[in-house]
Amino acid sequence: MVSNSHPILGMILQRLALGLLSLLIVSIVIFTAVSMLPGDFASAVLGRSATPETVAAFQQNLGLDQPWPRRYFQWLAGALIGDFGNSFSNRPVSAVIGSRLFNTLKLAALTAMIAVPIAVFLGTICARYRNKPIDRFLSAITLASISLPEFFIAYVLMLFLATKLHIFPTLSSIRGSMDMLEQLHRMALPVLTLMFVTLAHMMRNTRAALIGIMSHPYIEMARLKGEPEMRIILRHALPNAIGPIASVIAINLAYLIAGVVVVEVVFVYPGIGQTMVDAVRNRDVPVVQACALIFAANYIILNLVADLVSIVSNPRLLHPR
Amino acid sequence: MSESSLSASPASAPDRNMVQQIIHALRQAPVTALTGLVIVGIYVVAAVFAPWIAPYGEYEVVSDIPFAPWSEANLLGTDQLGRDFLTRIIYGARNSIGIAFVTTLLAFAIGGFFGIMAAALRGWVDQVFSRLVDAVMSIPDLIFTLLLLAIFGSSVLNLILIIAVLDSTRIFRISRASAMNVVTLDYVEASTARGEGLYWRIVHEILPNILPILISEFGMRFCFVFLVIAALSFLGVGLQPPMAEWGSMVRDNAVLINSGDITPLIPASAIALLTVGVNFVADWLLSKSSGLSNEE
Repeated sequence: MVSNSHPILGMILQRLALGLLSLLIVSIVIFTAVSMLPGDFASAVLGRSATPETVAAFQQNLGLDQPWPRRYFQWLAGALIGDFGNSFSNRPVSAVIGSRLFNTLKLAALTAMIAVPIAVFLGTICARYRNKPIDRFLSAITLASISLPEFFIAYVLMLFLATKLHIFPTLSSIRGSMDMLEQLHRMALPVLTLMFVTLAHMMRNTRAALIGIMSHPYIEMARLKGEPEMRIILRHALPNAIGPIASVIAINLAYLIAGVVVVEVVFVYPGIGQTMVDAVRNRDVPVVQACALIFAANYIILNLVADLVSIVSNPRLLHPR
Repeated sequence: MSESSLSASPASAPDRNMVQQIIHALRQAPVTALTGLVIVGIYVVAAVFAPWIAPYGEYEVVSDIPFAPWSEANLLGTDQLGRDFLTRIIYGARNSIGIAFVTTLLAFAIGGFFGIMAAALRGWVDQVFSRLVDAVMSIPDLIFTLLLLAIFGSSVLNLILIIAVLDSTRIFRISRASAMNVVTLDYVEASTARGEGLYWRIVHEILPNILPILISEFGMRFCFVFLVIAALSFLGVGLQPPMAEWGSMVRDNAVLINSGDITPLIPASAIALLTVGVNFVADWLLSKSSGLSNEE
């Protein structure tokens, strides 16, 4: 048996299966939501002048005249190969989303690459100097920044760094034709805003995870052996805290994907978040559906990765007796 | 930990009346909590007495000039349609806080009801509700809200219902978990053995014992709901014009930022200040409700 010789492999397979199952459930939830469309939806979208014929054509276009399971499997099969059907403005959804999804991923990845190391570093510092001035200072700042709405942070940064100091442009409309540096320069403000929002949570949770581990007897043992405090944290506490930290980071990255929506609108960044908001305003359901599925899939995959990291990083699972 | 605190928390308080108890609690409150209470108090006054405090009417156009600068007639200038900015902020308190409050109440009613039911009934009822909540929670809140708003359209009623139902999943988990701790305690089993019905058990045994936890969660959930509504309005899919709302005021006047004018930041700071204030109070309540066993 595979699971006998490698218990860790069995667990990984189990998590993968669970992740797949939740993806399936989420796709059903998102799809069924559309089946709850109120009756007057067609006339709401098409306007008051809609004739019964145009309404019928509209419903046929949405596939509302077909039974639910058939529509669902058609939609799912299409979604798997990136074909989400046509938007209400008759462009293929994939064409509306395509390049913008890439832009959003670029924004999120850049933020994560900068924010995650800083968060873990600052969290470790806070845990090391727990209840000392530096810890109190950082904790107070992060508590404040958690309660601020994203657009507040975004506009404050815009006011100071763009309008007053002219370091960065106020708008982040990037195009593929721009070179790398130009794009980075324009993305700076959205990245900074997202960093502020996610860093605080990640830092606080890193600190909490480390402090939780620090109360274990083996840390006391290390202390009694006379090891320096920093070495205790890095060698004894941190490896055991990787699991919890990884899951917090994953949750925050998933949050990053959603938080991107507001930030993209503030800075007019051509990403999928802005596409989704526009589609919601125009009630362009196929586009909204596709965006929701992409966001939800990201969320699930990130959580799955966190699960896997915490399994793989758990020393007790790595060395089975 | 929670079991001992839960069993100690119900009406076991000394014979003081409620006013004395509140005064006693306030004397011991930390500075942050008092600051938070003052902030929240000011907002509530502004929200309740908006028509008497505000210099103009909510929808009244008082100036021909859109985006008029600060002046004596319009202390904070005017907005994009020439309405008094200060007036809109005061009415914004009423709309934003009122709607967020109603939504949170509704979310607690739904989530609390089903959470306690699931804990009290166990078995397949618990399984069905818990798995349903798992499914809903595996989609990010803001994204799910946007999806539902696209389908149902953004009226105030839809907004309240959608956010309340989605947020009730969190409250379901909290109330189910804390009710689970209570239902296994002896006095609840005693009431079952006595032959009390499900309704009686929930109202007289379970609810009073998890109420402190739910109340201390209320502040946190209110903040969350409040921020979601502000964010949605900011995105243009939440509360619709001409209703005064802080999120949409930021959005409508955001162009002023480019000329270095801080007016659009005022409603944004109003949002931020309230969430900080509520968080301070909620933090205090939370530590009180979890630290009860230490005091008594």
